[in-house]
Amino acid sequence: MGIDSIKSYMSELLKKGQREDGRKIFDYRKIEVEVNPLARACGSARVRIGETEVLVGVKMDVTKPYPDSPDDGTLMVNAELIPLANPDFEPGPPSPQSVELARVVDRGIRESGAIDTAKLCITPKEKVWTVFIDIYPMNDDGNLLDAAALGAIVALKHAYIPKYDEKEEKVLYKELTKEKLPLTCLPVMTTFGKLDGNVFLDASRREEKSYDGRLSIATLENGAISAMQKGEAGTFTEKEVFELLGTAIEKGKELRGLIKKV
Amino acid sequence: MGGKFGAPDKMIIGGKRLDGRKPDELRPITIKAGVIPSADGSAEITQGETKIVVAVYGPREVFPKHMSIADRACVECRYDMASFSTPERSRPGMSRRSTEISKIMAEALMPAIYLEKYPKTKIDIYVEVTNANAGTRCAAITAASVALADAGIEMRDMVVAVASGKVDGKLVLDMFEIEDNFGSADLPLAYMLRKGEITLLQMDGELTKEEIQELVEMNIEACKKIYAMQKKALQDKYSVEKKAMPDAGEENGN
Amino acid sequence: MEKVFVNDKDIVIPGEPLAEGFDFLPAGKAFREDEKIFASTIGLVYVKGRVIKVIPLAGKYMPKRGDIVIGKVTNIGHSGWTLDIDCPYLADLNIGEASSEYIDLRKASMNQFFDIGDYALTEVTAISEGMFVKLTAKYRPYRRLVGGTIIKVSPTKIPRIIGKAGSMIKMLKDHSNCDITVGQNGLIWIKGDAEKQALVSRIIKVIEKESHLPGLTDKIKHMLEGGK
Repeated sequence: MGIDSIKSYMSELLKKGQREDGRKIFDYRKIEVEVNPLARACGSARVRIGETEVLVGVKMDVTKPYPDSPDDGTLMVNAELIPLANPDFEPGPPSPQSVELARVVDRGIRESGAIDTAKLCITPKEKVWTVFIDIYPMNDDGNLLDAAALGAIVALKHAYIPKYDEKEEKVLYKELTKEKLPLTCLPVMTTFGKLDGNVFLDASRREEKSYDGRLSIATLENGAISAMQKGEAGTFTEKEVFELLGTAIEKGKELRGLIKKV
Repeated sequence: MGGKFGAPDKMIIGGKRLDGRKPDELRPITIKAGVIPSADGSAEITQGETKIVVAVYGPREVFPKHMSIADRACVECRYDMASFSTPERSRPGMSRRSTEISKIMAEALMPAIYLEKYPKTKIDIYVEVTNANAGTRCAAITAASVALADAGIEMRDMVVAVASGKVDGKLVLDMFEIEDNFGSADLPLAYMLRKGEITLLQMDGELTKEEIQELVEMNIEACKKIYAMQKKALQDKYSVEKKAMPDAGEENGN
Repeated sequence: MEKVFVNDKDIVIPGEPLAEGFDFLPAGKAFREDEKIFASTIGLVYVKGRVIKVIPLAGKYMPKRGDIVIGKVTNIGHSGWTLDIDCPYLADLNIGEASSEYIDLRKASMNQFFDIGDYALTEVTAISEGMFVKLTAKYRPYRRLVGGTIIKVSPTKIPRIIGKAGSMIKMLKDHSNCDITVGQNGLIWIKGDAEKQALVSRIIKVIEKESHLPGLTDKIKHMLEGGK
């Protein structure tokens, strides 16, 4: 292998605190959030981070609870990395990348207790609401993780529970109640890249092609962390991780500010 | 098929349909070209409440290699419905219905493409239905044709598609969901206007020979209107670039 | 019947009728069917006398003999290198076409000339029946592109990035002190100070996106001089 000159140029820029697209190390690209663009979902969001665009839809259905938590509603997160969004995505069964994306978003929400599952119980041991979160990237220009997690929490925040006909035991999907899906907090994800020893926030697809590794940190408003994930083959030192925890908490505040505005 | 559970008593009242349209009236349509930066070409269409995004990738290398055709491009289409596009959450991934629609969509678009200009390549057409409210395959073909043009792929003509059918004993154009569910016949058609060639034709239900003739003619009339919208979508995207083009002498676009 | 259906510099779409009559000559992305001429792509039509020419406004790069292209080395074989020139076909740089001097493999290994991951400026010399693209890098300015960065733009926008008689590229080079090489396949190589490379990359993206807006040259000058 020859020298990867694009990587060494990106590394040189990062050492000077700069990025190819003009950003600083810990800058996000421009973030836009659209609430409930999907007519048929209980709640939905379209999130754009730069040219990355993700659609997230929340759907609810009545199901049997798990035996070990008979009074709690359940959560299911799914991501479809459809080939429409990126020339490198292939059609077919879910790739490891899409499963990882869904599971990391899932943990950020589930472990924070953001969804008040006790309030999603209809009849203990028999009927509870299941919340389905479906993530569809429409254009991948890097950092799908943060866009998906942001889309998921915005869609949840603006979701209404559908009507349930107890007699017929049918969910009336076309009729939403005025009752909002019960949320307790707003977990958000911040993902850092690392290239040649330099850490930075919100990698573009071009940066993702050159970086060695990434670290995703989901934070809550009380300063707690609800999920972490190191990805790709690169490594992080403990010192880097400790510092990034602080940065993640700060950046989380910015993202939460955006959520509250829409 | 009439008299199904949940069907409205009447779907045409005083010559008007439940959404206020006349029998031969299209739903409002908007088409936008170039919505997915990662793709080589793309388009978004809304037709009533139906909403679809199409991306085109290619012509590009064929994998695996033995799938390539020596003297022309192969075309593959993937029609997919997002899990949140239907009232009840649909299971993600390809259903048998999606697989069939993907196949006939590719076949509806291939006659328009100069496949022989791109030997040994592949053109991928990816369709995502984000909100389904009847007429998705036709709207998808209309949008796919715009996406192919947006990708700069050489074509003989645009392909336009629309469905019509029979509701409450009347022949109607461009059904919406209730009409689609409780109507008695459905006839989707894709068409190349320049030479009058039908590239997709399906029908289900029960119709007479005369009714079929009337529906086909109604579809073709509607295709002319939709063609104008396809053209406008492409002109809107590219008109901004017009001013920046140098004179013909500086180019060698052979 | 002789008739032209379009005006000079109209935007036309695939299948659109442009003119009728056997005296007219289709050029570029225009084709004849019987007495009529049609466009085959989204493009701008130029009506110059009897010539009806369509210049495409979009499309992937398709190789032509004589094109100067930038490629990335993806494989080293026994008799040459395989290059990705961002088109649907792989391109081949034979060992005899790599240098103006004889390459003696007993004295040198192939990756001393071009290693995997390297970029090279080459010329398309032939496209065979089976769509095999042949390249040469035998003479100057064809060479290995050492260091720098590569960006990708739509090949249809290359003329605008070069500018009238090369004016845009010259301005970029002069103000940034970067070496800039443009491939007709849409790949552009930029080499200079890392910050200047990034600046030129951003400016080229602006030209690609906003080439239609008035005052583009002023905006680019402003960016080059350190503005936003």
